[in-house]
Formats: sequence, C-alpha cells, structure tokens
Amino acid sequence: MDKLIDNLIIEFNQFVDKFKFVFIEDDRWKWLVEGLGNTLKITAVSLIIGIIIGVLVAAVRSSFDKNRETMKMHGGLGYYALAMLNALCKVYLTIIRGTPVVVQLLIIYFIILRSVSDGNVVAMVCFGINSGAYVAEIFRSGIMSIDEGQFEAGRSLGFNYFQTMRYIIVPQAFKTVLPTLCNEFIVLIKETSIAGYVGIMDLTKAGDLMRGRTYEAFMPLIAVALIYLVIVMILTWAVGKLERRLRKNER
Amino acid sequence: MNGNVLIKVNDLKKHYNGGTVKALDGLNCEIKKGEVVVIIGPSGCGKSTFLRSLNLLELPTSGEIIFDGVKITDPKTDINLHRQKMGMVFQQFNLFNNLSISDNITLAPIKVLKMNKADAQKKAEELLERIGLPDKAGAYPQQLSGGQKQRIAIVRALAMSPDVMLFDEPTSALDPEMVGEVLDVMKELAAEGMTMVVVTHEMGFAREVASRVIFMDEGIIQEEGTPEEIFGNPKCERLKSFLSKIL
Repeated sequence: MDKLIDNLIIEFNQFVDKFKFVFIEDDRWKWLVEGLGNTLKITAVSLIIGIIIGVLVAAVRSSFDKNRETMKMHGGLGYYALAMLNALCKVYLTIIRGTPVVVQLLIIYFIILRSVSDGNVVAMVCFGINSGAYVAEIFRSGIMSIDEGQFEAGRSLGFNYFQTMRYIIVPQAFKTVLPTLCNEFIVLIKETSIAGYVGIMDLTKAGDLMRGRTYEAFMPLIAVALIYLVIVMILTWAVGKLERRLRKNER
Repeated sequence: MNGNVLIKVNDLKKHYNGGTVKALDGLNCEIKKGEVVVIIGPSGCGKSTFLRSLNLLELPTSGEIIFDGVKITDPKTDINLHRQKMGMVFQQFNLFNNLSISDNITLAPIKVLKMNKADAQKKAEELLERIGLPDKAGAYPQQLSGGQKQRIAIVRALAMSPDVMLFDEPTSALDPEMVGEVLDVMKELAAEGMTMVVVTHEMGFAREVASRVIFMDEGIIQEEGTPEEIFGNPKCERLKSFLSKIL
C-alpha cells in the first residue's frame, strides 16, 4: 500500500517537472499565448470579412432569383447588371467551394499576395474569402426557407423589395440560420489551424513548435486541443443563449 | 353605389411554360367603386391567378390593368405606390411571424405611409377593437387561432386605408367553426361600402353579400351577373354543372 502511494507521488512529481519543463522553462507558455492571440485575431477578422462577403453574395443571388421575371419584363440595364453579378458570384462559389482551403492559402500566400509580408493578413484574407462562400450559401438558404407568402404579404402592403427583405424576410431568415452559422464559425476557428503551412505562428503551430523543441508530444498537443475545445464550447454556449433569446419573443 | 370604374382589365393573359398552360386567356372585366365582386369557379380555372394579377403579385403575360386611371401593367408605373391602395388577404393569412400583432398592423403604415408611431398604434387599437380582439395586440401570430389570424390579416390590410380589398380564398384554410367569424368581418366591410373582390367557395356569402358574381373557367369569364341570376337562373352549361356539383 505504502509502495503504491510512493509510486504515485513519484509519478506526480515527474509530471510536475515535465509540465515545468514544457511550459515554464524559457517562457514557452508565451508561445501558446501568442499563437492563441493570432488564432483569435485571424478568426475574428476573417469572420467579419466572411459575413460581409456572404451577405453581399447572398443578396445578389437571392435578389436575382426573386426578381428575374419582373426585371426581365421591365428590361433595361438593371437586369443585365444583376445577371452579370449573379454569374460572378456563382463562379466565386464554385471555385472556393471546389478547392481545398490549404491550396487556397498556399496560392494566396505564394502567388496572389506575394508582396504582403505579414502572414496574418494573408491568412485573414484567405479564410475570409473562403468562409464568405459558405456563409453566402447559408444566408441564401435561410432566405429561401422563408415562406413565399411572407414575401407576398409584404409586397402587397406596398413595401418594395428591399423593405420587404429588411423588415420581414431577413429577421426571420437570421433566426433560422443561426445554428448553421454558428457551426460555420466553429469550422472556421479550427480551419485556421492550417495557417502554420505558410509560417504563421497560430495556436497549432505554437504547440507543434513546443513539441519539436522539447521532444515532448503529449503535453503541448493536448494543451492546444483543450484550448480549441474551450473556445468552441464558449462560442456554442453564447450562440445557444442568443438563439433562446430570439425564440423567446415569439412565444 | 356610384358608377366610377376603379379597376379595368383588358384582354389579360397569363401563360406558363411558353404558352402551353393558359391560366388566363384574354380576360376582360370592370370593377366599380363600392362593388362587392365574388369570383367563383372550379379549381384551376384561374380565379386566384386573376386576383393575384390585380396587384401584380402575378405578372400577366399580356393585357392591361388600369387601376384608378393608372395603367399599372406599364413597366414604368411604380407598382409599390398602387399596392398601398389595394389591400390583400391570403388563404394562408401570411401574418409576419416574427412580429407581434400590433407590429404586424403598424409596420406598413409606419414604414410605407410614414405615419407616426403613436397614430399608427391608435389606429391599430381601433381596428382590433372593431374585430373584437383588442387584447391580442401584444400576442404573436403562433398564439392565435386560424380565424383570429385571418381577422388580423384583414385588419392589417385595412390599416393602409385601401381603396379596394382583394380576398384570395380567405376561409379555405380555416376550420369550419371559424369560417363564420371571418365572413362576418367581411360582411361588415361590404356594408360600409368597401370595394371588394373575393375569390371564394362560400356560396352563401356570395349569395348574401355580392353585388355581382363572376363565374370563371378556362381562364376567362364564362358568365357574370347578380347572385340571383347566377344561382337562380344560370345560363351556360359549365356554370350549371359547376353549381350542381357544389350546391
């Protein structure tokens, strides 16, 4: 019995020593902090870029689908301009959703934004453009999911297309897509873990560097995994709360 | 009843699939101020398409619609302006699910007519009072019965002070015991002199309230006349066979 306890104490002390070696020595924990900071920055900015692109693309695509008939009848430049934009959006969606994000990151880093030295900026642009394609389709599906009758009721009261969208369709669509949108953000946070490919010090890269420096794989990698997990759990909780609040005023 | 023509429809056509399906096939019609026109006909005869064309929710393939002296089928006409004057009530109510009853009624007056909020709310309260639902102002559509929803939908259209009310099978989605309460509101409206165009299967309502009944089939008006003429002395064979099936 005593032997067992002795062993446990020895094991524990070894664990503490290892922990100190991996995280405290040379202030290596600061790498994790720096990496986490970069991951959060990249995610936050690409989230915003993604939402802006997503809203614009979804607006073009659904406007075209809903107004095609009317605009064609009225003729004029408006129809062709919107049709062109719609085609452009489709090309964007096809390319972004049809190629791996790692390849996109490499292309943007080594070819398109070669002159930009700040890797973080490249990552923000890349993940923003990538996320935008998915967000656009999420928003569009939300708009399409709202019963056509809601739209007709709005129009029959004299609202124009944009007012109907703004006051009636989009608020309802937003509520519908919130869970899917949240899912997309979770995917985005974890997707940024490939930023290390182009030498960006994000959370994953930091953990991997610690592994390489200390020859200890377990602690740094599990620490990185736990940090991602905690971020995602916090986000899920916050969105769940928002969802409940949005639902509540309907009951 | 005065003789002013409010809506004039000339040779209205609506074709689908490149002309293979003809929902409306050259329809002519006049609706005068203060008239209650009830449109009946077998399903698929184009009566809903016709009604929905009147405020261009359905775009006609050809023909023209003149509303209050303005050719609204002209692409240059701002249809939003004229839709304000044409209230519409749908089979599926189409209340805005994300808004309270009060907001459902005041949204368009505030945003479209630029009415101030207090006035719009006062008007909404008066209208709710009129249909006997003053306590529902703060409720949401999901909390109401079908009959209540439809009465609110009527009031929502009335809040815009329209010149004409279009009803697209307003009682078809209701449980039988709720049909009466909606028809009562419509009868009251008719009695006040509101111009109404009603697509319905409620023949009792047509008989009692209509100033004119239109029988449609195959995308055109087959016969029209007073309720007595249509129900008492139908002339065309289609109408006779239609009436024999439903009465």
